[in-house]
Amino acid sequence: MAKITLENLGHSYMESPQSEADWALKKLNIDWEDGGAYALLGPSGCGKTTLLSIISGLLHPSAGRVLFDDKDVTDLPPDQRHIAQVFQFPVVYDTMTVYDNLAFPLRNRHVPEADVDKRVREIAEMIDLTDTLGSRAKGLTADGKQKISLGRGLVRSDVNVIMFDEPLTVIDPHLKWLLRSKLKELHQRVKTTMIYVTHDQTEALTFADKVVVMNLGEVVQIGTPVDLFERPQHTFVGHFIGSPGMNVLPCAVEDGKPHFAGTEIDTASDKNLNDIKGTLQIGVRPEFVQFADKGVPAKVVKVSDAGRFRIVETHADDTSIKLLVPEGQGIPADDAYLAFDRNHTQVYRDGWIVA
Amino acid sequence: MNNKTINHAAWIFVLPVVALVAFNAIIPLMTVVNYSVQETFGDNTFFWAGVIWFEEVLHSSRFHDALLRQLAFTFTILAIEVPLGVAIALAMPRKGAWVSVCLVTMALPLLIPWNVVGAMWNIFALPDIGLLGRGLNALGFDYNFTRQPGDAWFTLILMDVWHWTSLVVLLAYAGLVSIPDAYYQAAKIDGAGSFAIFRFIQLPKLKRVLTIAVLLRFMDSFMIYTEPFVLTGGGPGNSTTLLSIDLVKIALGQFDLGPAAAMSLIYFLIILLLSWVFYTLMMRSEAQ
Repeated sequence: MAKITLENLGHSYMESPQSEADWALKKLNIDWEDGGAYALLGPSGCGKTTLLSIISGLLHPSAGRVLFDDKDVTDLPPDQRHIAQVFQFPVVYDTMTVYDNLAFPLRNRHVPEADVDKRVREIAEMIDLTDTLGSRAKGLTADGKQKISLGRGLVRSDVNVIMFDEPLTVIDPHLKWLLRSKLKELHQRVKTTMIYVTHDQTEALTFADKVVVMNLGEVVQIGTPVDLFERPQHTFVGHFIGSPGMNVLPCAVEDGKPHFAGTEIDTASDKNLNDIKGTLQIGVRPEFVQFADKGVPAKVVKVSDAGRFRIVETHADDTSIKLLVPEGQGIPADDAYLAFDRNHTQVYRDGWIVA
Repeated sequence: MNNKTINHAAWIFVLPVVALVAFNAIIPLMTVVNYSVQETFGDNTFFWAGVIWFEEVLHSSRFHDALLRQLAFTFTILAIEVPLGVAIALAMPRKGAWVSVCLVTMALPLLIPWNVVGAMWNIFALPDIGLLGRGLNALGFDYNFTRQPGDAWFTLILMDVWHWTSLVVLLAYAGLVSIPDAYYQAAKIDGAGSFAIFRFIQLPKLKRVLTIAVLLRFMDSFMIYTEPFVLTGGGPGNSTTLLSIDLVKIALGQFDLGPAAAMSLIYFLIILLLSWVFYTLMMRSEAQ
């Protein structure tokens, strides 16, 4: 168990990176607390897997340091870092039984056979593999194989962190949910730090205590699922998390106050916007927009039914604004006014929140 | 959905293939069958002979000796080429500019016509003028493949290893590069050493291609003719007379069509049988 610190970490796959865009990871500083359940969330190609490989030691960073409990491990190979990793596609040793698969990491480290046996049985019990211990790992289903991968990490008592690289990609949808809750339960039991990489927001938000959102090689926000939802630090987080994503509207400034479509908008920040340079935008989630008697004039363009609520798309001043209307509530036929919930309406400058 | 429509018109589409196979395989084979049950005294007249040629071949010590030499040759080259091929494939780079250099170098021996290979090695190994022959003698070995059976075997096997190990290398290499990186990464994390990686990841993943490699090398080496014929001509004495060389001697040297035809069929059946045994054994262990 250990706290993991990434210090000024950067990585480029090129020999001599020239511009900003050549870096797959740009100057990261993250502290992962001991025993936390983290998710690393971001679109494909944002650098998640690169970051994971650097923590596990499969990749040497071009810049910066990796610390485990304040000890520099940047130059250590994976097997000396005491980490475990579950990959996107299940990795099992085909010719071995499930038992031997689970025992493999221990036997490689010359653990006495009696301890191996005890530990393997204990972990098999934990991940529901006791019945299949004697069978060949090759014959198992994808979720069984993924459990073995996970089990090989759990058997070792010295593991600092278990990392998951989109582990549910090849799992049937109805089993995904089961495995996810199993993981959550395991985390509460073993208290090992876990880092879960995914591009699926549902997976990230259900698994993690804290979510690290990445985009274009940068960390955009680190926070609890609630933080990410209620106070996105960047318009990207607003877009990426939530379905549908946050409405981002152009913002005009009059008397230091934000305006949209000629209407003054009340936001969570009282800051005078006259002093702020850059492109300003207003962000508000569909959940916090309502039809009202006055406010921003808008036209309803499209209504789609999503079960318990309806997603209504409106146009105001050539900008699309989406809002959620609960079942059974009326929708104005044509012209309407929109009101934004003040506490959940933010102003962004060049993408970043204005506090 | 078990209600398949059965349309017999489909047979018409199979006919061209049947005709093709008949002309290039079945009909030529039947002429051999025809010779194997008849006796001739020339003049293109034939008499029914029954199975006497088969009995003769099966009881002939000449055939037994040739068969034993053939088995010894085939199993020796398999025992060398398969492990060596895998070892070379393991040592080859997976990425970078050297990959193509290695692959082309490996493929070169496979591109040389077989009789050229035989002629090359014949000259290369000659004790008086060849690089290998002279070199060995200069080092103090009494080496002469045209006179000493042991030396002839040594040269023959060395030549086959040189010519055909590449095939095993290329197949094994293709199998190796198709193993996803995640396996190696997982093994690293699990603390596996390089032997454990070979034993538990690479070898199991290579099983299929190695099955193909063993089968191909078995069949080809069992039928080998040109290279040993050019290199040693079956000698000295009969020491390197493999089955195919003996067959040609009987059929075209002595013009004994009946015994030669019977021997061809037996030869063919042995290859078929052994290939089937190999394949079944390997597929069975795969299924387990």
